[in-house]
Amino acid sequence: MNTTAVHVLDILLIISLLSLAAAALLTSDARRSVILFMAFGLVLAVAWGRLHAPDVALAEAAIGAGLSGALLLAALREQPRRALSGDAKPVRERERERTSIDVTLQLTVTLLCVAVAALLVWALAEAFDRGPQDTLAQAVSETLAASGVSNPVTAILLNFRAYDTLLELAVLLTAVLGILALGPARPGYQAAGPVFDSLVRWLVPVLILTAGYLLWVGAHAPGGAFQAGATLAAAAVVLRLAGHRTAGLPAGQTLHLVIAAGVGMFLLVGLSLLVLGRPFLGYPPAWAGGLILLIESAAMLAIAATLVLAFLGGRPQPAAGLSGEKRQC
Amino acid sequence: MLTAQWLYAMTGCLIVALGLRTALLHAVLLHRLIGVNVMGAGVFLMLIAVAYRGPGVAPDPVPHALVLTGIVVAVSATALVLALARRLTGEQDNG
Amino acid sequence: MIDAMSSLLIVSGLAFYLAGSIGLLRLPDLYSRLHALTKADNLGLGLLTAGLALHAQDLFVTLKLVLIWLAVLAASAASAHLIAQHARRREKQS
Repeated sequence: MNTTAVHVLDILLIISLLSLAAAALLTSDARRSVILFMAFGLVLAVAWGRLHAPDVALAEAAIGAGLSGALLLAALREQPRRALSGDAKPVRERERERTSIDVTLQLTVTLLCVAVAALLVWALAEAFDRGPQDTLAQAVSETLAASGVSNPVTAILLNFRAYDTLLELAVLLTAVLGILALGPARPGYQAAGPVFDSLVRWLVPVLILTAGYLLWVGAHAPGGAFQAGATLAAAAVVLRLAGHRTAGLPAGQTLHLVIAAGVGMFLLVGLSLLVLGRPFLGYPPAWAGGLILLIESAAMLAIAATLVLAFLGGRPQPAAGLSGEKRQC
Repeated sequence: MLTAQWLYAMTGCLIVALGLRTALLHAVLLHRLIGVNVMGAGVFLMLIAVAYRGPGVAPDPVPHALVLTGIVVAVSATALVLALARRLTGEQDNG
Repeated sequence: MIDAMSSLLIVSGLAFYLAGSIGLLRLPDLYSRLHALTKADNLGLGLLTAGLALHAQDLFVTLKLVLIWLAVLAASAASAHLIAQHARRREKQS
């Protein structure tokens, strides 16, 4: 195994990670907890950069820290003193009761968590003792040339394990269908003032451009449909915060098509290949690059629409609900 | 054998335990949800640390693909939980 | 020579970050904290970007670094404005 000297930066990152996680989990103020969780996600992205995982670092910064945080903050904004954040007084009283009654329970659960951590450490120690298992990594690097892309992560996601990504997009589709079934969108935001509006005017086009760049570059460098979709969704979130009610989402039937685009394009390509006598999603090497880009473009739109609908909390309401938009931001 | 990789993996274990404790013990839904998310982040950190092969060497891309999938599934699950919670409080207010 | 200049720029950029962070922790109210944080960090990031750009292999990388700096500049200016505006409105209400 390649041993690596521990760098000062690694120590600082690890201390920040542990203290941010502990701070996010131990505070009783929900808003503070969400913001600390977002900071934790950003530091985690830096740590993954250190561990040579730039694809994952991009996704964590955009989705794990950015959009998860936006979702949680949007939920808090709607119900500041309800079940989500906990009404300040009763919860504190309830907590006091809990601490007096459930000390044994707390102790037991804490011990259980320590045991889980110890088990994980033991399992990892075993794994590290055996040294790196590179059979899969070798298989990937040997077949990479025929995959149509040169970024191994994209090759795994869109070619070698395309089934898994198809099912992942189906999970996303299920989640968004659940969200659409549960209710209408939250009320919108106030129209932006001049400063924010001028930021939106150039930031949103730049974000859309960046999404296209990430999608294209994913074939040979860090990037891909997930990072691009998240960036596109971030553009829509900015639009929504600036008072655009539908956040740039299409209406009606087009929206349904966009949501289903990822799974749909995957199935279309897979079934067409079956008809042509190839295995399901077994691309001919000559077409692989193009087919991957086609699927990724559709997947990017579907991922972005899903994340935006999650942020809205449901289908954008018809324009008649304008009176609901007079809420403070 | 003290390597950066090993330290990051241990940090992942600790973060999993911290998140699990909050997810099980906290009274407020939002904190529990953040606990589950932190726990997931700990698992991702372990996987990425295991995939690391030292400076200048290409890491194992398979765990990277797994984690990328995991991040997206985690955010969609979080979104669905928030939508369910919203509907639940709405029902309680009406009923 | 380039190394020395680049290090000088990066270290002075970090000094501004340090000043901004101390300001965030030590200053008494929200407005002065925002002031310390956004002003010092924007300049710090600018110096850091300049230091890194000296090491860049080609023009494209330099352009990307400058783009990052401009994006952070605009975002931090706008968000500082929004936070201050929100705080001011709340003060007026109470």
